Amino acid sequence: MVGITAYGAYLPRMRLQKQVIADANAWFDPGLKGLAKGEKAICNWDEDTITMAVEAYTDCLGNAPGQAPAALLLASTTLPFADRQNSVVVAEALNLDTSDLRTMDITCSQRAATSGLLSALDIAAAGKEAVLVASEHRKAKCASREEMLYGDGAAAIAVGGENVIAELIASQSQAVDFIDHYRGEGQDFDYGWEERWVRDEGYMKIVPNAVNALLSKSGVSAGDIAHFILPTEQGRVPPMVAKKLGIKGEAVADNLLQSVGITGAAHVMLLLAHRLEQAAPGDLVLVAGFGQGCDVLLFKVTDAISHQRAGKGVSGHLSNGRPETNYNKYQSFNNLLEKELGKRSEVNKQGYLSAMYRARGLTNSFLGGKCTACDTVQMPKHKYCVNPECGAYDTQVDHPMAGASGTIATWTADTLTFDYNPPAYFGMVTFEGGGRIMMDMSEVDAETFDTGSKVSMHFRLKQIDDQAGFRKYFWKAIQV
Amino acid sequence: MASGIKDKVVILGAGCSKFGERWDCEPADLMAEAFEECIADAGIEKSQIEAAWQSTGIDAYSVGPGAMPLSMGLRLPNIPVTKIENYCASGTEAFRAATYAVASGACDIALAMGFEKLKDTGYGGLPQRSRGVANDLYYPNLSAPGMFAQLAAGYRGKYGTSKEDLKRAMAHVSVKSHANGLKNPKAHLQRAITMEQALNAPMIAEPIGLFDCCGVSDGASCAIVTTPEIAKSLGKEQLIAVKALQLCASNGQEGGYEGWDGSYVHTTRVAAKRAYAEAGITKPREQVSMTEVHDCFSVTEMVTMEDLFLSEDGGAVKDVLDGVFDADGKIPCQIDGGLKCFGHPIGATGLRMLYEMYLQLSGKAGERQLPNPTIGLTHNLGGFPHQNVSSVAIIGEYGI
Repeated sequence: MVGITAYGAYLPRMRLQKQVIADANAWFDPGLKGLAKGEKAICNWDEDTITMAVEAYTDCLGNAPGQAPAALLLASTTLPFADRQNSVVVAEALNLDTSDLRTMDITCSQRAATSGLLSALDIAAAGKEAVLVASEHRKAKCASREEMLYGDGAAAIAVGGENVIAELIASQSQAVDFIDHYRGEGQDFDYGWEERWVRDEGYMKIVPNAVNALLSKSGVSAGDIAHFILPTEQGRVPPMVAKKLGIKGEAVADNLLQSVGITGAAHVMLLLAHRLEQAAPGDLVLVAGFGQGCDVLLFKVTDAISHQRAGKGVSGHLSNGRPETNYNKYQSFNNLLEKELGKRSEVNKQGYLSAMYRARGLTNSFLGGKCTACDTVQMPKHKYCVNPECGAYDTQVDHPMAGASGTIATWTADTLTFDYNPPAYFGMVTFEGGGRIMMDMSEVDAETFDTGSKVSMHFRLKQIDDQAGFRKYFWKAIQV
Repeated sequence: MASGIKDKVVILGAGCSKFGERWDCEPADLMAEAFEECIADAGIEKSQIEAAWQSTGIDAYSVGPGAMPLSMGLRLPNIPVTKIENYCASGTEAFRAATYAVASGACDIALAMGFEKLKDTGYGGLPQRSRGVANDLYYPNLSAPGMFAQLAAGYRGKYGTSKEDLKRAMAHVSVKSHANGLKNPKAHLQRAITMEQALNAPMIAEPIGLFDCCGVSDGASCAIVTTPEIAKSLGKEQLIAVKALQLCASNGQEGGYEGWDGSYVHTTRVAAKRAYAEAGITKPREQVSMTEVHDCFSVTEMVTMEDLFLSEDGGAVKDVLDGVFDADGKIPCQIDGGLKCFGHPIGATGLRMLYEMYLQLSGKAGERQLPNPTIGLTHNLGGFPHQNVSSVAIIGEYGI
């Protein structure tokens, strides 16, 4: 048996109220008012496809160091790097055992995640474990429909041959150069075609074609499908496709248009993770990925499914949001404005790649040092032990701190220094089990945050160099 | 056991430029302004100076590296000149180097010159700086007030002081320094402020508001040192001697090991203990006449009162509010306005403090002259509260 063994998700906490987009832009396009319902998940300035992928994997499998899947696949059309394998950054941030790890970025289509999942399942069929993470952070033009419809998020699906919670029954892939939208090389934004044409010639023909091929070869009746997942920003399309196929109306997965927005290549996995939270043993789950053709996967939920999960899951993240009503903040975080950032932002952002490579144990993986002579944990790792009673030379081994619980010892909210989301919060964090470090904080709730607050560690953006197209990551403390 | 520096070296002369936004001055202009006062006070010729030390904290934004700025700025006669940088303790470090050179007998007369040209950045506050290629990868991108605001959070956490009480004590520190600065014609900021202004000023880095921050200034300050014997031979009657010069640098334990709670500065305590021992001071609260401490931010000054053992641990808020460190208090602090109002041209600051102590001990401090001070203490603190360099210098009348 091969199939899904675990699932998880991540949604940024900021939830932009769609009404504020309409308030700002309906003077230009009154049609936006009709879309101004609910909210959408948006990245903080220090979140991107990579950081969300790390969170989604953690939600799925935890962040215990040394996990050793055979493959980590990252699906996205908004990878921060066109040539620096993004999945490797994710793997190091997760402290995976990278000594025998296949990594791969899968991109260039809204179908990337289903294609990636099929590849992961092939690896599972060969007797190994693989994890697909799908993550997306798309930009949309001011006053566009996409701005109303797109959200940011990520999901992770682990596959293997043991403890399978949803067994793969069959799959079908068809390739069609149907261009409902595209994003050309060097372009920030999607360019789309008329929705009605996309609906009638695309979703209503291409998806049923692929699904029927799968159903006929697997001998499953459409009416027996319990969960039908078809991600699309056209809210009425999934029920229409379902009806055409003979799938029950209640099987159609909610596209979360008014709570998350469409998270692009990640959306199909986000919806899958959401439905798995609700699935019962024996349920048939049909997953369709649409984009230049269609991938269709049919799963059957097993008795092993458990809803007692360590992570928050989609539901947990849905209820963990913070309403954001500042449209300018959204535009600023997505670099959609020619914004005056101030002279303090004009610092040398050089990457110093050799230094980064040396420091990547700390910066990518949040490794400290543990003295083998006295067990003192210290950050960063150092040639000499920091314990004044010890001071031993060259005794420290890597000590993963990403999962450590911390307490705020000192802090401030700095309005003078440059920050994309001022004030900048930073201070001294003391860890349970030893170690402390002066570090940045994120997602601070000024009402409840103070000395003594408990924090967890999260991989976030530290600095963005728009000119050089480079970005640096480090870990930040977030109040638990 | 080393005998220490006490009474081995005296200040032959001291000088200080006007501090402030000296838009029309190059660093060399500021140096010359301080030096002319200093050399006239010392009563010697430039050619009698045998070695010099230059302190600048952020040379990248002013004169560049090396010691040529001082040597060329004063057209010194091809003597050894060395540049010293050690954060905000740089000025005291230059003085330490010159003092040690004289004490060692390597030279008879030495110059310490500190200066900084900070107002060519195009924005307020200290310049944005790299903290090193590797450190920048993970250090928070913090401002100086952001660094020292950590002390406020740590102090509150330890003593349970309310935000309001702490802020009032901080405001008192600044109101006091503004009152002092008003009497100092060389001070950058020469105006009084009220408690209400200090309490209600725009927030810079919680809980540090605008009036909790020192001035960012251009300026230069210097001292010429020699031995007591040479000073006497040159006709100097009132000798102001170095009693102690101590420096302490963090090794990472405060920031990296349990024990330090963020409510104090470890290195200041270490340096102060050593300095008191070197100077033979056993009861600092009784024996120190006045202090010039590193009040980069009001909360730093407040905490420093405890770190110098002038206040009990947890007692600084009350002492400050009781006026212990006011101009008419038991131990006046920042009688010249301090970093707060005299200003903080980083490399000059340590020497500016010594300049004020020298004036006060010589009875030459004009309108702000304190009655009969005998022992003055200066203190610098550079870096972060959790990793820094701290200096403590004590000077006083020779022979006491």
